[in-house]
Amino acid sequence: MKGNLAAWAAGALFALGLVISGMTRPEKVIGFLDVRQWDASLAFVMAGAIGVHAVLLRLISRRSAPVFAPAFKPAPAKSIGGRLLAGSAIFGVGWGLAGYCPGPAIVAAGGLNVKAVVFVASMTVGMYVYRKLHPKP
Amino acid sequence: MHNFTPVPALMGGLLIGLAASLVLLTHGRRVGISGLWAGLFHPRAHDRTVRAYFLAGLVVVGFVSFIFAPHLLGQAQGGLGRMLVAGVLVGYGTQLGGGCTSGHGVCGISRFELRSVVAALTFILAGVLTVLALRALS
Repeated sequence: MKGNLAAWAAGALFALGLVISGMTRPEKVIGFLDVRQWDASLAFVMAGAIGVHAVLLRLISRRSAPVFAPAFKPAPAKSIGGRLLAGSAIFGVGWGLAGYCPGPAIVAAGGLNVKAVVFVASMTVGMYVYRKLHPKP
Repeated sequence: MHNFTPVPALMGGLLIGLAASLVLLTHGRRVGISGLWAGLFHPRAHDRTVRAYFLAGLVVVGFVSFIFAPHLLGQAQGGLGRMLVAGVLVGYGTQLGGGCTSGHGVCGISRFELRSVVAALTFILAGVLTVLALRALS
């Protein structure tokens, strides 16, 4: 139960970061992607998040195990290939169309924004389609 | 530079980095929102409860923001048809590419993993080209 509460708190903290940074506003994200009227805010969000996490993850990884799980999950042993490139490109097109990526969309859907609810519902369908087209053995 | 808000952006980013670190410390895994969400609906996922709690944190903060500061949630351009298409592309693409802005962009790059750097550059480039195309069409 403590583990679940920690997960809830982390999710809330993550969402608070998205809301404060303006990333739940699609116009801020589109502003970052718009080279003609560039808004660099998203780069500062990434820099802040990576700066903190890059340091803390190295400290945390010194532990023998996480607090509520038996072991640290190893990095996925996947290479750079067509799937990574094609998948990221397809994601980027959807991101540019709506100004939503999964995190901010779920937060905005929680805020009862109709467009975000539709986005999250169809995102779930896209994930289902992927699972049907590429079944794991 | 348009509507640039570096201070809240940096502050929010720090919180996101702290949240990702909290998940690593408590559950030993990286935060990829697309993967967490996909696993919630995966019939073989064994850790649905912890995923649900994390994602509930996102939803609750969204709802609280809606009550107290709805302008912080903004409004997407385009109609529901565009949201429908965009959602399917994001859902399919993140699964094929193995992550989104959080999994590749924050967690992968923090680990200096080259594949995440490549993924992030790819989805940013695709996003830039999409916005350029939308601007040209409208």
